[in-house]
Amino acid sequence: MLSIRHISKTFNPGTLNAKTAIQDLSLEVADRDFISIVGSNGAGKSSLFNAIAGSFFTDSGSIHLDGEDITLQPEYIRARKIGRLFQDPLLGTAPGMTIEENLALAAGRGGWFSHITKEDRNLFRERLALLNMGLEDRMQQPVGLLSGGQRQALTLMMATFNPPALLLLDEHTAALDPATAEKVLELTKNIVETNGLTCLMITHNMQSALDLGNRTLMMNQGGIIYDVKGEERQHLQVSDLLILFREAAGKNLDNDRMLLSE
Amino acid sequence: MVSILQTAFELGLISSLTVLALFLSYSMLNVCDLSTDGCFTLGAAVGAVVALAGHPFLSLPAAMGAGVLSGFVTAILQTKMGIDSLLAGIIVNTGLYSINIWVMGGASLLNMNKTATVFTAMKDLLRDTTFSGYYKTIVALLAVFVIVVFLGCFLRTRLGLAIRATGNNPDMVRSSSINPAFTTIVGLCISNSFTALSGCLLAQSQKSVNIDIGSGMVTIALASLLIGRAFAGKGGIIKRAVGAVIGAIVFRIVYAAALRFHMPAFMLKLVSSVIVIAAIAGPYLKSRYPELHRRLTHKYGKREE
Repeated sequence: MLSIRHISKTFNPGTLNAKTAIQDLSLEVADRDFISIVGSNGAGKSSLFNAIAGSFFTDSGSIHLDGEDITLQPEYIRARKIGRLFQDPLLGTAPGMTIEENLALAAGRGGWFSHITKEDRNLFRERLALLNMGLEDRMQQPVGLLSGGQRQALTLMMATFNPPALLLLDEHTAALDPATAEKVLELTKNIVETNGLTCLMITHNMQSALDLGNRTLMMNQGGIIYDVKGEERQHLQVSDLLILFREAAGKNLDNDRMLLSE
Repeated sequence: MVSILQTAFELGLISSLTVLALFLSYSMLNVCDLSTDGCFTLGAAVGAVVALAGHPFLSLPAAMGAGVLSGFVTAILQTKMGIDSLLAGIIVNTGLYSINIWVMGGASLLNMNKTATVFTAMKDLLRDTTFSGYYKTIVALLAVFVIVVFLGCFLRTRLGLAIRATGNNPDMVRSSSINPAFTTIVGLCISNSFTALSGCLLAQSQKSVNIDIGSGMVTIALASLLIGRAFAGKGGIIKRAVGAVIGAIVFRIVYAAALRFHMPAFMLKLVSSVIVIAAIAGPYLKSRYPELHRRLTHKYGKREE
């Protein structure tokens, strides 16, 4: 499904500020995998997502999605197959435009000169109702008026409006209050399950890393240091994960916020 | 008095096309297009040359086409060549000065006193009717009407939505599988065609074009746009576009009134600068006021009891 082979990325190569974000990383993702990714700050988790989504091109290696070589495809073309959510709920929507207009762009139905039809509106209303936030009655309001949780839920809906081949979730609930985070996570689970999506999710919450999905990766210094699934994963406790993490990361971990979110 | 008002109204309508151009580039795309002055003159020069060659009706599309080209160059510079958008506008503006003189055949002034233009055509059409005195107003009204209706429809299409989102959140445009460079190029091509049309109509209505006809237009149009925003507020697209037109007319009427009270004509550009400063800096300073107030009322060295 997604096949990453030996990719590397170094920022500012050849200077004092050279920083290797990804080092010879390979990963095979099967269809319908839901993979949670943990790792300390600077481990390369977001860089991996940036490489997959095309925010930058990798220095070497190749990335294939659904059999197609997307290594050097521009970001906006990959976006047809890859949906992405960020930690910041403001990133995924246009605040000055109405909910309906945002949805119309995400839906991408019709040609360049098509208008929003009544049929579109009914479909949008139907989908918004699934979020259970009353947004279906506020379709003419600018998105800027929504709360962070509502915007993130809307972004999730927009990213999956046309079910993408791959969904990338970059700590997408980290900026929300616990109750809202719970709700958005629940929505995520539903949407991923109903559409049978393949999904990668970065999280700092060890518990949800183990609760959600079927496979967990741990990253450190631009590589994958631990990859667990199946039986072994079912018996894994948060404390085991933390011990593994300490072993791998050594003293890097000392002042990491990961310890706090046990 | 009535004729002064009418002239101000006509001028407002004609320059409102430039205001609508900025409505698209500045308010929607979030690009301050500093090539506006040069593009305005380009439209005036191309329109005049084509009209002088005996094609009054062809002069409008010709001017708009020239505007599209100018906008295309500005857009390519900022999306594909890594040149900052403000700088791209300034560079194109400078280059256009030479091009405009070249278009006018090396002269810096062209006269259209006896040339057939869209205005003379309308004058002939309305001869001996009750509207014969309003031929200029009618041409300008028609042009503004067509452009406003076009904008109202266009900005609701998928492409129009994408252009609006580009100024709002380019990341979101990219994740909707649309290239923001493409929407910027389309937006600037369209906006510059309006600017050039505006220049073309102004030159034909005053029956002459000189190389300085567009100087300061960007500030005047911005001032009008911001006045219009005060009138229309944050409504739908049509309401905001009409607001921009009203802003342009109000600007010209206030200016005409100031002239009546013996303000010298050369003050126009200073006035437009002051309006732009007030409209942009005003809300900013207002938002800073609580902090300023706090600073002024805080007593240093004294502990609160």
